[in-house]
Amino acid sequence: MNWGVFLPYLAVTALVTYLIRMLPLTVFRREIRSRFVRSFLTYIPYAVLGAMTFPDVLYSTGDLRTAVCGVAVAVALAWRGRSLLTVAVAACCAVALAQGALLLM
Amino acid sequence: MSGAFRKGIRHGIPIALGYLSVSFTFGMKAVGDGLSVMQAVLISMTNVTSAGQFAALPLMLANASMVEMAMTQLTINLRYALMSLSLGRKLDDSMGTPQRLAFSFMNTDEIFAVASAQPGRVGKTYLYGLMLTPWFGWVLGTLLGAAAGTLLPAFVRTALGIAIYGMFLAIILPPSRKQTSVRFVTLTAIALSLAFRYIPGLNTVSSGFSIILCAVLAASAGALRYPAGEEAEA
Repeated sequence: MNWGVFLPYLAVTALVTYLIRMLPLTVFRREIRSRFVRSFLTYIPYAVLGAMTFPDVLYSTGDLRTAVCGVAVAVALAWRGRSLLTVAVAACCAVALAQGALLLM
Repeated sequence: MSGAFRKGIRHGIPIALGYLSVSFTFGMKAVGDGLSVMQAVLISMTNVTSAGQFAALPLMLANASMVEMAMTQLTINLRYALMSLSLGRKLDDSMGTPQRLAFSFMNTDEIFAVASAQPGRVGKTYLYGLMLTPWFGWVLGTLLGAAAGTLLPAFVRTALGIAIYGMFLAIILPPSRKQTSVRFVTLTAIALSLAFRYIPGLNTVSSGFSIILCAVLAASAGALRYPAGEEAEA
Protein backbone atom coordinates (compact mmCIF):
# COMPACT_ATOMS: atom_id res chain seq x y z
CA MET A 1 0.00 0.00 0.00
CA ASN A 2 1.14 3.52 -0.83
CA TRP A 3 2.85 5.05 2.24
CA GLY A 4 1.04 8.35 1.77
CA VAL A 5 -2.27 6.50 2.15
CA PHE A 6 -1.01 4.17 4.86
CA LEU A 7 0.60 6.53 7.36
CA PRO A 8 -2.49 8.65 8.21
CA TYR A 9 -4.45 5.44 8.88
CA LEU A 10 -1.64 4.15 11.06
CA ALA A 11 -1.62 7.38 13.06
CA VAL A 12 -5.41 7.39 13.55
CA THR A 13 -5.68 3.74 14.65
CA ALA A 14 -2.71 3.99 17.03
CA LEU A 15 -3.82 7.29 18.54
CA VAL A 16 -7.47 6.33 19.09
CA THR A 17 -6.50 2.99 20.64
CA TYR A 18 -3.94 4.62 22.94
CA LEU A 19 -6.30 7.37 24.12
CA ILE A 20 -9.00 4.82 25.00
CA ARG A 21 -6.52 2.95 27.19
CA MET A 22 -4.71 5.96 28.59
CA LEU A 23 -7.43 8.43 29.61
CA PRO A 24 -9.23 6.24 32.20
CA LEU A 25 -5.88 5.30 33.77
CA THR A 26 -4.58 8.85 34.11
CA VAL A 27 -7.67 11.06 34.48
CA PHE A 28 -9.89 9.05 36.83
CA ARG A 29 -7.69 8.52 39.85
CA ARG A 30 -9.94 9.29 42.77
CA GLU A 31 -10.69 6.53 45.25
CA ILE A 32 -14.13 5.14 44.37
CA ARG A 33 -16.54 5.16 47.31
CA SER A 34 -19.59 3.42 45.88
CA ARG A 35 -19.59 -0.26 46.73
CA PHE A 36 -21.65 -0.96 43.61
CA VAL A 37 -19.08 0.70 41.33
CA ARG A 38 -16.18 -1.06 43.04
CA SER A 39 -17.87 -4.45 42.70
CA PHE A 40 -18.79 -3.61 39.10
CA LEU A 41 -15.14 -2.89 38.23
CA THR A 42 -14.00 -6.06 40.00
CA TYR A 43 -16.36 -8.12 37.85
CA ILE A 44 -15.52 -6.40 34.55
CA PRO A 45 -12.57 -8.68 33.60
CA TYR A 46 -14.67 -11.83 33.81
CA ALA A 47 -17.60 -10.22 32.02
CA VAL A 48 -15.44 -8.93 29.15
CA LEU A 49 -13.51 -12.18 28.68
CA GLY A 50 -16.66 -14.31 28.94
CA ALA A 51 -18.41 -12.25 26.27
CA MET A 52 -15.30 -12.27 24.04
CA THR A 53 -14.87 -16.04 24.30
CA PHE A 54 -18.39 -17.22 23.53
CA PRO A 55 -19.57 -17.78 20.89
CA ASP A 56 -16.45 -16.55 19.00
CA VAL A 57 -14.30 -19.49 20.07
CA LEU A 58 -16.66 -21.83 18.21
CA TYR A 59 -15.76 -20.10 14.93
CA SER A 60 -12.04 -19.74 15.64
CA THR A 61 -10.99 -22.80 13.66
CA GLY A 62 -13.40 -22.57 10.75
CA ASP A 63 -15.05 -25.88 11.70
CA LEU A 64 -17.49 -26.19 14.58
CA ARG A 65 -16.50 -29.81 15.27
CA THR A 66 -12.79 -29.14 15.72
CA ALA A 67 -13.55 -26.01 17.76
CA VAL A 68 -15.77 -27.99 20.15
CA CYS A 69 -12.90 -30.47 20.68
CA GLY A 70 -10.53 -27.60 21.45
CA VAL A 71 -13.01 -25.97 23.84
CA ALA A 72 -13.67 -29.26 25.66
CA VAL A 73 -9.96 -29.81 26.28
CA ALA A 74 -9.40 -26.18 27.28
CA VAL A 75 -12.34 -26.20 29.71
CA ALA A 76 -11.25 -29.49 31.30
CA LEU A 77 -7.70 -28.22 31.90
CA ALA A 78 -8.64 -24.66 32.88
CA TRP A 79 -11.18 -26.01 35.37
CA ARG A 80 -8.32 -27.84 37.07
CA GLY A 81 -6.39 -24.58 37.26
CA ARG A 82 -3.67 -25.37 34.71
CA SER A 83 -1.48 -22.52 33.45
CA LEU A 84 -2.43 -20.26 30.54
CA LEU A 85 0.24 -21.75 28.33
CA THR A 86 -0.74 -25.36 29.06
CA VAL A 87 -4.39 -24.67 28.31
CA ALA A 88 -3.65 -22.72 25.12
CA VAL A 89 -1.22 -25.29 23.72
CA ALA A 90 -3.46 -28.24 24.62
CA ALA A 91 -6.43 -26.58 22.91
CA CYS A 92 -4.37 -26.09 19.74
CA CYS A 93 -3.21 -29.73 19.82
CA ALA A 94 -6.79 -30.94 20.31
CA VAL A 95 -7.90 -28.92 17.28
CA ALA A 96 -4.99 -30.27 15.21
CA LEU A 97 -5.81 -33.86 16.22
CA ALA A 98 -9.51 -33.35 15.51
CA GLN A 99 -8.65 -32.06 12.04
CA GLY A 100 -6.57 -35.16 11.45
CA ALA A 101 -9.36 -37.42 12.67
CA LEU A 102 -11.86 -35.70 10.35
CA LEU A 103 -9.56 -36.26 7.40
CA LEU A 104 -9.43 -39.98 8.14
CA MET A 105 -13.19 -40.34 8.42
CA MET B 1 16.96 -7.96 37.68
CA SER B 2 14.46 -7.54 40.51
CA GLY B 3 12.12 -10.30 41.61
CA ALA B 4 8.98 -8.41 40.61
CA PHE B 5 10.37 -7.71 37.13
CA ARG B 6 11.28 -11.35 36.65
CA LYS B 7 7.83 -12.41 37.87
CA GLY B 8 6.26 -10.05 35.31
CA ILE B 9 8.40 -11.53 32.53
CA ARG B 10 7.43 -15.03 33.63
CA HIS B 11 3.73 -14.15 33.57
CA GLY B 12 4.16 -12.49 30.16
CA ILE B 13 5.65 -15.51 28.41
CA PRO B 14 2.40 -17.46 27.92
CA ILE B 15 0.73 -14.25 26.71
CA ALA B 16 3.56 -13.71 24.24
CA LEU B 17 3.21 -17.27 22.94
CA GLY B 18 -0.55 -16.86 22.58
CA TYR B 19 0.06 -13.59 20.74
CA LEU B 20 2.47 -15.23 18.31
CA SER B 21 -0.37 -17.27 16.84
CA VAL B 22 -2.85 -14.40 16.61
CA SER B 23 -0.43 -11.82 15.24
CA PHE B 24 0.92 -14.44 12.84
CA THR B 25 -2.57 -14.62 11.34
CA PHE B 26 -2.74 -10.83 11.23
CA GLY B 27 0.60 -10.58 9.42
CA MET B 28 -0.49 -13.17 6.88
CA LYS B 29 -3.77 -11.42 6.21
CA ALA B 30 -2.26 -7.93 5.99
CA VAL B 31 0.26 -8.99 3.35
CA GLY B 32 -2.43 -10.96 1.54
CA ASP B 33 -4.48 -7.75 1.44
CA GLY B 34 -1.64 -5.81 -0.18
CA LEU B 35 0.29 -4.23 2.70
CA SER B 36 4.05 -4.55 2.83
CA VAL B 37 5.73 -6.60 5.55
CA MET B 38 7.06 -3.37 7.07
CA GLN B 39 3.58 -1.83 7.15
CA ALA B 40 2.05 -4.89 8.82
CA VAL B 41 4.77 -4.84 11.47
CA LEU B 42 4.36 -1.09 12.05
CA ILE B 43 0.62 -1.53 12.73
CA SER B 44 1.38 -4.22 15.33
CA MET B 45 4.15 -2.16 16.94
CA THR B 46 1.91 0.85 17.47
CA ASN B 47 -1.58 -0.60 18.04
CA VAL B 48 -1.23 -3.91 19.92
CA THR B 49 -4.91 -4.78 19.64
CA SER B 50 -6.08 -7.83 17.74
CA ALA B 51 -9.70 -6.99 16.90
CA GLY B 52 -8.89 -3.35 16.13
CA GLN B 53 -6.08 -4.25 13.75
CA PHE B 54 -8.10 -6.86 11.89
CA ALA B 55 -10.95 -4.37 11.53
CA ALA B 56 -8.61 -1.65 10.24
CA LEU B 57 -7.45 -3.68 7.22
CA PRO B 58 -10.66 -3.65 5.12
CA LEU B 59 -11.15 0.06 5.92
CA MET B 60 -7.65 0.89 4.67
CA LEU B 61 -8.25 -1.07 1.50
CA ALA B 62 -11.62 0.61 0.93
CA ASN B 63 -10.06 4.08 1.33
CA ALA B 64 -12.42 4.80 4.22
CA SER B 65 -12.49 8.28 5.73
CA MET B 66 -10.39 9.02 8.82
CA VAL B 67 -13.58 9.65 10.80
CA GLU B 68 -14.91 6.22 9.89
CA MET B 69 -11.59 4.65 10.85
CA ALA B 70 -11.54 6.49 14.17
CA MET B 71 -15.16 5.56 14.97
CA THR B 72 -14.55 1.89 14.16
CA GLN B 73 -11.50 1.77 16.39
CA LEU B 74 -13.38 3.58 19.14
CA THR B 75 -16.26 1.09 19.02
CA ILE B 76 -14.15 -2.03 18.88
CA ASN B 77 -11.64 -0.88 21.47
CA LEU B 78 -13.90 0.94 23.92
CA ARG B 79 -13.77 -2.11 26.17
CA TYR B 80 -10.20 -1.08 27.02
CA ALA B 81 -11.61 2.01 28.74
CA LEU B 82 -13.53 -0.29 31.10
CA MET B 83 -10.41 -2.35 31.67
CA SER B 84 -8.22 0.69 32.35
CA LEU B 85 -10.84 1.99 34.76
CA SER B 86 -10.93 -1.37 36.53
CA LEU B 87 -7.15 -1.84 36.61
CA GLY B 88 -6.52 1.69 37.84
CA ARG B 89 -7.78 0.59 41.24
CA LYS B 90 -5.16 -2.16 41.49
CA LEU B 91 -2.12 0.04 40.84
CA ASP B 92 0.12 0.91 43.79
CA ASP B 93 1.87 4.21 44.53
CA SER B 94 4.81 3.44 42.23
CA MET B 95 2.42 4.01 39.29
CA GLY B 96 2.60 7.79 38.90
CA THR B 97 1.45 9.64 35.80
CA PRO B 98 4.53 8.84 33.59
CA GLN B 99 4.28 5.14 34.50
CA ARG B 100 0.56 5.15 33.76
CA LEU B 101 1.19 6.81 30.40
CA ALA B 102 3.72 4.12 29.54
CA PHE B 103 1.69 1.16 30.75
CA SER B 104 -1.52 2.33 29.01
CA PHE B 105 0.07 1.47 25.69
CA MET B 106 0.08 -2.23 26.58
CA ASN B 107 -3.16 -2.61 28.54
CA THR B 108 -4.39 -5.40 26.29
CA ASP B 109 -7.13 -7.93 27.12
CA GLU B 110 -4.62 -10.52 28.29
CA ILE B 111 -2.23 -8.26 30.19
CA PHE B 112 -5.19 -6.66 31.90
CA ALA B 113 -6.59 -10.07 32.82
CA VAL B 114 -3.30 -11.36 34.23
CA ALA B 115 -2.59 -8.14 36.15
CA SER B 116 -6.15 -8.15 37.56
CA ALA B 117 -5.74 -11.73 38.74
CA GLN B 118 -2.73 -10.84 40.94
CA PRO B 119 -3.44 -10.72 44.66
CA GLY B 120 -3.26 -7.22 46.15
CA ARG B 121 -1.87 -4.22 44.26
CA VAL B 122 0.57 -4.26 41.37
CA GLY B 123 3.51 -1.90 40.81
CA LYS B 124 5.55 -0.58 37.92
CA THR B 125 8.38 -3.14 38.10
CA TYR B 126 6.01 -6.07 37.75
CA LEU B 127 3.93 -4.38 35.06
CA TYR B 128 6.96 -3.39 32.96
CA GLY B 129 8.10 -7.01 33.05
CA LEU B 130 4.58 -8.17 32.19
CA MET B 131 4.26 -5.91 29.13
CA LEU B 132 7.69 -6.56 27.66
CA THR B 133 7.55 -10.09 26.22
CA PRO B 134 3.96 -9.84 24.91
CA TRP B 135 4.94 -6.77 22.85
CA PHE B 136 7.84 -8.64 21.28
CA GLY B 137 5.61 -11.69 20.76
CA TRP B 138 2.99 -9.57 19.04
CA VAL B 139 5.51 -7.88 16.74
CA LEU B 140 7.53 -11.02 16.02
CA GLY B 141 4.40 -13.03 15.19
CA THR B 142 3.29 -10.31 12.76
CA LEU B 143 6.70 -10.30 11.10
CA LEU B 144 6.75 -14.09 10.75
CA GLY B 145 3.19 -14.24 9.46
CA ALA B 146 3.75 -11.41 6.99
CA ALA B 147 7.08 -12.74 5.71
CA ALA B 148 6.52 -16.49 5.83
CA GLY B 149 2.87 -17.18 6.66
CA THR B 150 2.20 -19.31 3.65
CA LEU B 151 5.10 -21.62 4.53
CA LEU B 152 3.18 -23.02 7.49
CA PRO B 153 0.90 -26.02 6.78
CA ALA B 154 -2.78 -25.06 6.75
CA PHE B 155 -3.73 -27.37 9.60
CA VAL B 156 -1.22 -25.72 11.92
CA ARG B 157 -2.48 -22.25 11.02
CA THR B 158 -6.05 -23.32 11.72
CA ALA B 159 -5.20 -24.93 15.05
CA LEU B 160 -3.45 -21.74 16.23
CA GLY B 161 -6.71 -19.82 15.92
CA ILE B 162 -8.03 -21.21 19.18
CA ALA B 163 -4.92 -20.35 21.27
CA ILE B 164 -6.11 -16.97 22.49
CA TYR B 165 -9.46 -18.38 23.64
CA GLY B 166 -7.68 -21.16 25.52
CA MET B 167 -5.91 -18.42 27.46
CA PHE B 168 -9.17 -16.61 28.17
CA LEU B 169 -10.71 -19.82 29.51
CA ALA B 170 -7.67 -20.44 31.71
CA ILE B 171 -8.18 -16.96 33.19
CA ILE B 172 -11.95 -17.04 33.82
CA LEU B 173 -12.60 -20.66 34.82
CA PRO B 174 -10.58 -21.13 38.03
CA PRO B 175 -12.17 -18.10 39.81
CA SER B 176 -15.57 -19.06 38.37
CA ARG B 177 -15.19 -22.43 39.99
CA LYS B 178 -14.29 -21.00 43.39
CA GLN B 179 -16.56 -17.94 43.65
CA THR B 180 -20.31 -17.98 43.07
CA SER B 181 -20.25 -14.26 42.25
CA VAL B 182 -17.66 -14.62 39.48
CA ARG B 183 -19.45 -17.67 38.11
CA PHE B 184 -22.69 -15.70 37.97
CA VAL B 185 -21.02 -12.78 36.14
CA THR B 186 -19.21 -15.03 33.66
CA LEU B 187 -22.30 -17.09 32.80
CA THR B 188 -24.45 -13.97 32.49
CA ALA B 189 -21.93 -12.39 30.11
CA ILE B 190 -21.79 -15.55 28.01
CA ALA B 191 -25.59 -15.84 27.86
CA LEU B 192 -25.87 -12.19 26.78
CA SER B 193 -23.12 -12.61 24.20
CA LEU B 194 -24.96 -15.61 22.70
CA ALA B 195 -28.19 -13.57 22.64
CA PHE B 196 -26.47 -10.68 20.84
CA ARG B 197 -25.10 -13.09 18.25
CA TYR B 198 -28.11 -15.26 17.50
CA ILE B 199 -31.34 -13.42 18.36
CA PRO B 200 -32.71 -11.55 15.32
CA GLY B 201 -32.70 -7.81 15.96
CA LEU B 202 -30.11 -8.01 18.71
CA ASN B 203 -27.60 -9.45 16.26
CA THR B 204 -27.54 -6.20 14.29
CA VAL B 205 -25.46 -4.63 17.10
CA SER B 206 -21.81 -4.44 16.00
CA SER B 207 -19.45 -6.84 17.75
CA GLY B 208 -17.48 -4.05 19.41
CA PHE B 209 -20.58 -2.55 21.00
CA SER B 210 -22.05 -5.93 21.88
CA ILE B 211 -18.98 -6.81 24.00
CA ILE B 212 -19.31 -3.53 25.88
CA LEU B 213 -23.06 -4.01 26.42
CA CYS B 214 -22.62 -7.62 27.58
CA ALA B 215 -19.80 -6.68 29.95
CA VAL B 216 -21.59 -3.68 31.46
CA LEU B 217 -24.87 -5.59 31.91
CA ALA B 218 -23.24 -8.72 33.37
CA ALA B 219 -20.93 -6.80 35.72
CA SER B 220 -23.87 -4.61 36.85
CA ALA B 221 -26.00 -7.67 37.51
CA GLY B 222 -23.12 -9.16 39.50
CA ALA B 223 -22.58 -5.97 41.49
CA LEU B 224 -26.31 -5.79 42.32
CA ARG B 225 -26.59 -9.39 43.34
CA TYR B 226 -23.19 -9.86 44.98
CA PRO B 227 -22.12 -6.38 46.10
CA ALA B 228 -19.70 -7.87 48.62
CA GLY B 229 -17.79 -9.77 45.94
CA GLU B 230 -14.86 -7.41 46.07
CA GLU B 231 -14.48 -7.61 49.85
CA ALA B 232 -14.69 -11.38 49.72
CA GLU B 233 -11.84 -11.44 47.23
CA ALA B 234 -9.47 -9.01 48.92
